[in-house]
Amino acid sequence: MLCDICKKNEAKIHLSHLAEGKMLKLDLCENCAKAKGVDVEEGFSPSDLLVGLGAAEEIRVESPGAQCPVCGFTQADFKKTGRLGCSACWETFSAGLASLLKAMHKGDHHVGKVPAKAMHTLALSGKVRELTERLDNAIREEKYEEAAQIRDEIRELESKMKRTGNATRSAG
Amino acid sequence: MKIEDLLKSPSEWVRTEGPNGKIVLSSRVRFARNIRGYPFPGWAKKAERQKLLEIMRPFVEGLPEMTEHFSDSMDNISAILKQVLVERHLISREHAAKNVGSGVVINDRETISVMINEEDHLRIQAIKSGLQLKNIFKTIDKVDTELEEHLDFAFSPKLGYLTACPTNVGTGMRGSAMLHLPGMVLSDQINQVVQAVNKLGLAVRGLYGEGTEALGNVFQVSNQTTLGEKELEVIDRLNKVILQIIEHEDNARMTLLEKKPKLIYDQIGRAYGVLGNAHTISSKEALNLLSLVRMGVDLEIFPATARAAVDELFILSQPAHVQKAAARKLTAEERDTWRADLIRAEVANIAKPNLGDRPQLDSGSAESE
Repeated sequence: MLCDICKKNEAKIHLSHLAEGKMLKLDLCENCAKAKGVDVEEGFSPSDLLVGLGAAEEIRVESPGAQCPVCGFTQADFKKTGRLGCSACWETFSAGLASLLKAMHKGDHHVGKVPAKAMHTLALSGKVRELTERLDNAIREEKYEEAAQIRDEIRELESKMKRTGNATRSAG
Repeated sequence: MKIEDLLKSPSEWVRTEGPNGKIVLSSRVRFARNIRGYPFPGWAKKAERQKLLEIMRPFVEGLPEMTEHFSDSMDNISAILKQVLVERHLISREHAAKNVGSGVVINDRETISVMINEEDHLRIQAIKSGLQLKNIFKTIDKVDTELEEHLDFAFSPKLGYLTACPTNVGTGMRGSAMLHLPGMVLSDQINQVVQAVNKLGLAVRGLYGEGTEALGNVFQVSNQTTLGEKELEVIDRLNKVILQIIEHEDNARMTLLEKKPKLIYDQIGRAYGVLGNAHTISSKEALNLLSLVRMGVDLEIFPATARAAVDELFILSQPAHVQKAAARKLTAEERDTWRADLIRAEVANIAKPNLGDRPQLDSGSAESE
């Protein structure tokens, strides 16, 4: 069996990965595997391989010319390393990363542990969303006194969220 | 504490006294975490890495789990000792290549280690003997929560913990277990198992050796996905799959003993003979033969007391450990001699294979079928 990439050497590394009911199969020679960043030591991580093969392309298509405003990281850098530059890159390249994540993981959003600080902010922002809805309703129903009350509540929560945000940042 | 003191005795996890310790050598869980507002280590400049190392290290050292610890910057650790840490699974190969701006903190029992500025700002891991992933998860979860009080982790409500590599985003968690599977290797069933496990979104790889070969019949099973599933669900799935592999391995050994007892006794006997009499031995040969003697202990061909020695030799016969014992850098030939001396001395304390009233010559007919 020949290598899927160079089509010259004998394929020695065989990877298969089941994603969304589809079987992905790749047969690579040792050289191409190494070149594509398949860390044979670290094991056959199909997701790493996806990063090396198709993912960088997708990012280029979906976020043309994008550069992270925080750390200056570009799509070319991602193509080279398969790693991102900073946590803000996740926002910058989110469009391209979405399809990549879909291919390599079980779901597209986090359901696991949440840091206590984030939990607090999450809870507050949920409350704000709920209040905003009530505010809209109150205005629609021309209950202006109630609307003013809700507006004040939202302002207070928002300033609270800002304060906790700053506090966590200074602690970091 | 000094690294010499830390490394004086073998890691606690090497003594395979944990649950299912006959087949599961050790279990490990690691979390990847990053600090908001700082570039990931691979993209950060040296000064940024150094600054962040200085910020994070005191919090890691101050963990209640780290009361007695070794802590140092990677540029202060010699190449051989870094390699010793790799062989003990306390740091990754990638981390061993790091220098200024990266660090490591390890507790005295070698059950918890934190790599600072590896691929992510923090790689927090715990390792224990036998199969006890849930326990280890609890330990690491607590450590993570403690660190979170002081450090602002990069977290997105949608994507979870943000990591340098997309393969880790979400929980940032990788759970794994080291399994000793000589029965399935000898009966040619290992490839089927590897394929079946891969289909479940878990990865299997040989722990020792290059490429596809698995020296010493030791395999590592780990989860591949980190997004869209709760940590404990992943741990649970891993656990279930590993319990099944254990059952298969037990069956494979029993079938081999029933159908090919001579082959098994021959392999174990020869392994014992070579290890006890070799004067030069490569780490590859040593691992493969130690694996057979270890199975011999499981099958009660050797006394149970021999297990500790064999488990230790798995680690002590690796290249960096041999050089550490010699207290100098050795050439490959010198290493093979040192290794053979070390193993010979240990194996001399293990009684000869005792087959007791096991099926012997009369079972030969089963083999000729």
